[in-house]
Amino acid sequence: MRTLVFASRNVKEIVRDVFTLIFGILFPLVLLVLLSAINRSIPKEAGMALFDIENLIPGISVFGLSFISLFTATLVSKDRCTSFILRLFTSPLKSSQYIAGYTLPLIPMAIVQSVVCYIAAFLFGLEWSWNVLLAVVVNIPAAVFYIATGLLFGSILNDKAVGGVCGALLTNLSAWLSGTWFDLKLVGGMFEKIADILPFVHAVDAGRFALMGEYSKVLPELLWVIGYAVVLTIVAIAVFSYKMKQDK
Amino acid sequence: MFAIKTEKLTKRYKDKTVVKDLDLSVKEGEMYALLGVNGAGKSTTIKMLSCLIRPTSGDATIHSNSILTDSTKVKQIISVSPQETSVAPNLTVRENLEFIAGIFGFDKKSAKKKTQQIIAEFDMQEIENSRAKTLSGGWQRRLSIAMALISEPKVLFLDEPTLGLDVLARRELWKTIAKLKGKITIILTTHYLEEAEALSDRIGIMAKGVLKAQGTADELKELAKTDNFEDAFVRIAGDEVSV
Repeated sequence: MRTLVFASRNVKEIVRDVFTLIFGILFPLVLLVLLSAINRSIPKEAGMALFDIENLIPGISVFGLSFISLFTATLVSKDRCTSFILRLFTSPLKSSQYIAGYTLPLIPMAIVQSVVCYIAAFLFGLEWSWNVLLAVVVNIPAAVFYIATGLLFGSILNDKAVGGVCGALLTNLSAWLSGTWFDLKLVGGMFEKIADILPFVHAVDAGRFALMGEYSKVLPELLWVIGYAVVLTIVAIAVFSYKMKQDK
Repeated sequence: MFAIKTEKLTKRYKDKTVVKDLDLSVKEGEMYALLGVNGAGKSTTIKMLSCLIRPTSGDATIHSNSILTDSTKVKQIISVSPQETSVAPNLTVRENLEFIAGIFGFDKKSAKKKTQQIIAEFDMQEIENSRAKTLSGGWQRRLSIAMALISEPKVLFLDEPTLGLDVLARRELWKTIAKLKGKITIILTTHYLEEAEALSDRIGIMAKGVLKAQGTADELKELAKTDNFEDAFVRIAGDEVSV
């Protein structure tokens, strides 16, 4: 019950911030519109399928999720940097209830965000199939990864620094190293190797394979993301718990 | 009966002793002001009593519950209004109050009822649907205290409740705090000496982690052999009086 009350407060704090709407929903949709417009201008003979809606929308939806990190980190950091956290620390809330209250409401928010992206994609020619639902579900490990990243940085940085790290650095990494805007093979070399080690491209490819119905290829890609999500979650919980004790 | 009783309460950080052998007793329903210059040990004392940090040695009981062994029970009967305004900015006044009632275990119906009651007691009807971030400093501070009271605590810690407020807002808040006198036990820390003198039943003066003297404002003036409370504070905190 207490966790739900805390989670409900966190949802209100996030969704009532106008930047949530701008970055969480509008910005990915604007990118979808722009890239689809660019795609229409590319002649079919060029053979460039990267911006075809089936390839584009998994990337856009994962990119949109990167802002969930910013929302989580900003909320945790603002609470930490004001005396609001002191009020919470002197309440009967337990550590596990804090962590659950901060993270759990963001998973449905992430799913809603992905659903909005895919609904918008129907306007740009995406055809309905059950694979669309699978592609949304496949985004959940990526959402957990971004939420854990937000919890981690929110625990150690102030709200201004969080804007730089999660709002600029992480979203850019998600954009450039995900294979959404350009084919990573075209760059090749170290860039491609680094991208392959990180989870972003795997999250996008898992969504693409799910959407195309190539089910056997989904899990190997998803395991990368799940691995990052699990490790980041463990690290974030440990750091958050440690900082909770330190901040008192 | 004592609401708060400390026994040789001590906090050390490496080589530095921040609070030393504090023996303090506060009666039920009493308003006790803890005074001291910066670094005197007031905030550390409050943090130990509210179970935010563990003492290095010694113990304290809040309504007979040890802060060392019964911290869950202690947290259920205390409330803290921190130094800075501490409200959820995007929640309305009503939502802030219901939120705190909820995390203290009130069910939805009781939380709403208690919120209605507190809104009336604090004359917040006009602003109950305003988001906290849009309120003036004085209203935010009043909300902060209301949030501390909604859980019906037996002991309330008010840490610098009027810091940074203009004189009118401060006097308004004094009235609010004065209304609480006798109803619950209040520990008030403040830098405003006139605030302590006007509001408290007893005053304790801390310096360098030690409780130098305690008593009513008149008793402290008598101890320092002065007619002025500020002079009494300066003499006691500045080691000019042997106590």
